[in-house]
Amino acid sequence: MAFFSSTSPHQQTKRRTPEIMKMVVFALLPGIIVHSYLFGLAIYVQIALAVITALLAEAAFLALRKRSILKSIKDYTAVVTAVLLAISIPSLAPWWVIVIGTLFSIIIVKHLYGGLGQNIFNPAMAGYVLLLISFPVQMTAWLPVQSMQAFSVSFSDILSLIFTGFSIDGYSVTQVKTSIDGFTLATPLETIRNAIHSGETISETLKTTLFSSDSLQGSQWVNLAFLAGGLLLLKKQIILWYIPISFLAGVIVFSFIPFASDPDLYSSPLYHLFSGATMLGAFFILTDPVTASTTVKGRIFYGLLCALLVVVIRNVGGYPDAVAFAVLLANMCVPLIDYYSKPKVYGRRRK
Amino acid sequence: MPQETGHNTAKDMDMNEEIAAEEIVTEPVNDSAVYKELSLQGLWKNNPGIVQLLGLCPLLAVTNTLTNALGLGLATLFVVISSNILISLIRHHVPKAIRIPVFVMIIASLVSCIQLLMNAYTYQLYLSLGIFIPLIVTNCMIIGRAEAFASKNNVKHSAFDGLMMGLGFTAVLVLLGASREILAQGTLFDGIETLLGDWASFMTVTLYNTDTSFLLAALPPGAFIIMGLIIALKNIIDNKITNK
Repeated sequence: MAFFSSTSPHQQTKRRTPEIMKMVVFALLPGIIVHSYLFGLAIYVQIALAVITALLAEAAFLALRKRSILKSIKDYTAVVTAVLLAISIPSLAPWWVIVIGTLFSIIIVKHLYGGLGQNIFNPAMAGYVLLLISFPVQMTAWLPVQSMQAFSVSFSDILSLIFTGFSIDGYSVTQVKTSIDGFTLATPLETIRNAIHSGETISETLKTTLFSSDSLQGSQWVNLAFLAGGLLLLKKQIILWYIPISFLAGVIVFSFIPFASDPDLYSSPLYHLFSGATMLGAFFILTDPVTASTTVKGRIFYGLLCALLVVVIRNVGGYPDAVAFAVLLANMCVPLIDYYSKPKVYGRRRK
Repeated sequence: MPQETGHNTAKDMDMNEEIAAEEIVTEPVNDSAVYKELSLQGLWKNNPGIVQLLGLCPLLAVTNTLTNALGLGLATLFVVISSNILISLIRHHVPKAIRIPVFVMIIASLVSCIQLLMNAYTYQLYLSLGIFIPLIVTNCMIIGRAEAFASKNNVKHSAFDGLMMGLGFTAVLVLLGASREILAQGTLFDGIETLLGDWASFMTVTLYNTDTSFLLAALPPGAFIIMGLIIALKNIIDNKITNK
């Protein structure tokens, strides 16, 4: 019996950055499709705007830095950043919101830190935080699911809303998102926060119009679709399980503690798991190979840290969703985490 | 104990000699060359804002509008010139061991003067600058110039050094304040009447109208980012000059 012998490296698949990034975009598709089915086609306009802006900015900065433009553009990293940012913001936000966010992500967060592989912070999330802090009104104008919208919004209406701020019939975004019953809609997470601040309990809030209809389910379906895409990435071994699993487990455990102490004031773990950007964060944002921790122990700790931050910020912080802030804060800790979780070199004596 | 004192005096003597030596070197040199060098150092090569990175706290905190930046810049300019003059005048009479407390006392009394003046004449600006006026005392740029220059040089040169360093600092404040104000509100010199009086209100320029201000530029992170960009710009210009 002859054994095939070869020198290292023994891994045979030749996976380069472009293929990995293409897979990531592909895995995002289920989430995007479900989102557009439930909330309208506007998300595609945002994605197109973001991708075009990102590619132009990337090309311009590569030219300024005298790097080969085509090679770097073709690695799709800018596209992934742009898509992640575009699906994080409200889909009817004006065009300049996504343009400013993408420019900031690509130019300041990525290229000024030294380009691909050098950035400390996740570009998409840094761009998102910039937008959230700078334009709170536009960044919280979330649409209810289509079946709850006051007017049926056609594709030309969407274009007109994004580029001029008004639909063809002259309705503003605020009017469009106000449904027949005359209540405005924030994200479910935000509604719960406001209700608790005004003294209601969670179970009371969940009985209101917003939650009795399928809007909450809307964001849950999107989360499920991102979970499916994420599982595909795991299956293809584009990402390793350490970060997503430790993050999701962390969210369950950390959100259970306050929930168990007072279920009237704090949402259940299941609710935390399937609302906001939890799934998108777990599989697509936290696992960014550049800004996440790189050691096994470090990755687990990184996931847990993010989970803790998400739960704390959601429960007591000032903003409705927390994944972006949690990721940026954890990004800052990554060098330290990596330093203390360095694996032992093989053959070295234990102390 | 006696040993220690002996050691101190020896060290002080050394320092006195150094200072004396420096003065001998600077005095006979052509005066205009000295002034030219001082201006170059203060405004560009050793700019306290973007090269020495001194006094960052007020620099970043109050530059959300051009008016605030200008107000704080002028106050700092006044303090650094006067403190340089006073410290240069008394430089031979201050015992070396307690020179820092003495300098701080002088600077603090000057800052109290400017604070009372601003309270009296530019009350609105005084309110909007708030704690950062008394905090001029802790601006390292001022104590730095006192220690590094005024305590070793004659009055004329010290005053000029204070002027140039103060101008350099003010220039950075103004640049930062202007860019942040343009980005955040699309205006320039908004609220200038609080600094110069009502006659100046014509100076307020609206560059563009916006319903939604770019809040980040008005918040501290915006100050850090723009500050970084200004420093980068200076380095680019420096590189261009050396490459020529």
